[in-house]
Amino acid sequence: MPGITREEVAHLARLARLELKDEELDHFATQLDDIIGAVARVSDVADEDVPPTSHPLPLTNVMRSDDVRPSLTPQEALSGAPAQEQQRFKVPQILGED
Amino acid sequence: MTTIDLVSYEDALASYDPVMGLEVHVELGTRTKMFCGCSTELGAEPNSQTCPTCLGLPGSLPVVNAIGVESAVKIGLALHCEIAEWCRFARKNYFYPDMPKNFQTSQYDEPIAFNGYLDVQLEDGEIFRVEIERAHMEEDTGKSLHVGGATGRIHGASHSLLDYNRAGIPLIEIVTKPIEGAGERAPEVAKAYVAELRELIKALGVSEARMEQGQMRCDVNLSLRPNGTEKFGTRSETKNVNSLRSVERAARFEIQRHAAVLSSGGTIVQETRHFHEEDGSTTAGRIKDNAEDYRYFPEPDLVPVAPSREWVEELRKGLPELPRVRRNRLREEWGVSEHDMQSILNAGAVDLIVATIDAGADAASARKWWMGELARRANEAGTDLAALEITPEQVARVCALVAEGSLNDKLARQVIEGVLAGEGDPDAVVAGRGLAVVSDEGALGTAVDEAIAANAGIADKIRSGKVAAAGALVGAVMKATRGQADAARVRELILEKLGVEG
Repeated sequence: MPGITREEVAHLARLARLELKDEELDHFATQLDDIIGAVARVSDVADEDVPPTSHPLPLTNVMRSDDVRPSLTPQEALSGAPAQEQQRFKVPQILGED
Repeated sequence: MTTIDLVSYEDALASYDPVMGLEVHVELGTRTKMFCGCSTELGAEPNSQTCPTCLGLPGSLPVVNAIGVESAVKIGLALHCEIAEWCRFARKNYFYPDMPKNFQTSQYDEPIAFNGYLDVQLEDGEIFRVEIERAHMEEDTGKSLHVGGATGRIHGASHSLLDYNRAGIPLIEIVTKPIEGAGERAPEVAKAYVAELRELIKALGVSEARMEQGQMRCDVNLSLRPNGTEKFGTRSETKNVNSLRSVERAARFEIQRHAAVLSSGGTIVQETRHFHEEDGSTTAGRIKDNAEDYRYFPEPDLVPVAPSREWVEELRKGLPELPRVRRNRLREEWGVSEHDMQSILNAGAVDLIVATIDAGADAASARKWWMGELARRANEAGTDLAALEITPEQVARVCALVAEGSLNDKLARQVIEGVLAGEGDPDAVVAGRGLAVVSDEGALGTAVDEAIAANAGIADKIRSGKVAAAGALVGAVMKATRGQADAARVRELILEKLGVEG
């Protein structure tokens, strides 16, 4: 049975920039393991002739022509930004000193 | 700043065998972004070309650009790749503010094109085959402006400002298989590969592939293994090497650096490195650890791309002649050496010469003017040949005027100068500046008689058989006619009048 370990949850939390306390890790590891276990039951029903599905619709090649459509104005684009400067999205420091 | 130990290039190659992998990103020249209809026009004001889709706002849905897919298939075919019958996009998840979605839409284990090759020609004419692993579709990231640190670098910046106009512009990433067996020519192969790929992309018309504008960017992965061994060493990944010369320098530098580390008993750390244009060195970037876990999964918002075989074959039929094949054909037609052809290519003159010939000029004249006078003027002006204010048709007209004897080379240069100065077509410049050669035999005869009379000594020498001395009299006549005479005709007249056989 595929599950998820506490170490894997800690790793995912780090990738997602989430700081989890020890008891939270225990808590989420158990919960996520239950969820994955429940979803994994799909594999019990799906035989080898059923390919993995990433999309519910039996469609391919949905494309648009290369025609320009109106964009948002910079003001609209920036309207949800917590901070802005020089008509750009302002974000906190990315890296510290060398 | 720590100094980096290097061994000489020769010593490095005496002990080690370089293996390279090259990853090239090409920004397509589509009008709109890969997954939304925002314009890709360069130079727009910040954040004026974004929409809910490329900003990753809730509820928005991407739809792939048909020309983006078509361009990817064309590139794959030109690289002799197989084209996937069915493939999907994938989300590459990472936290970095250059993508507002927190993932880049890319392709993971189902690239649209795979298993190809590109034959590249080295300076001496040798052909080296570079195998292609894959070419896949993805999107570009936004542009960051780092504020508050030294010289705009990310290190030490207090905050960063993001412009998402570039986020979502279609990219094709082309990845080679490990390039083995190039030995000491590895840096040259790397440069020749990127150069050939750029020519190919331009010939396909899918991008202008201007490296200086970031439309084509190269990552150089390199490792060394002791000579005679098979197993690859640990590689470094030098990112964003953005000129042909830099590609060669980066490979060379990394060979010398790796060799120094390895020969002193050290180990190479797998890391990304930054290339420095000013001195050709690289410095360490981030070390690749398990933080680099992109958790790829199939993009649920986009349906699979399944290029029909009919469509693929139609695109294959429409492919232009491959640049290397075309260059070799032209080289033979024009009768020039490999070396000269390389110079013509480097000068960006191939298409201009072709167009000039198409407009009626002979190959030798077309080449002479573009690679001589016009190259000199472009060089002086610090621009590309193609940017000069003269068309191939105008150059062809100058060639025709010279061929029919209406202009000599000196006058032709003045005509070109006039065209470049905006005085109109060659004929208009000839008329406007009064530049036609003096073909009035009477006027010319008088000028020749005067020259003979004024230089009796020289005339005697010529009469006594010293034909070479005629040059001085030709010079005198040319001076008298302010360069507007046909020098060959003047020489004929002089010898005729002095009763000497030419």
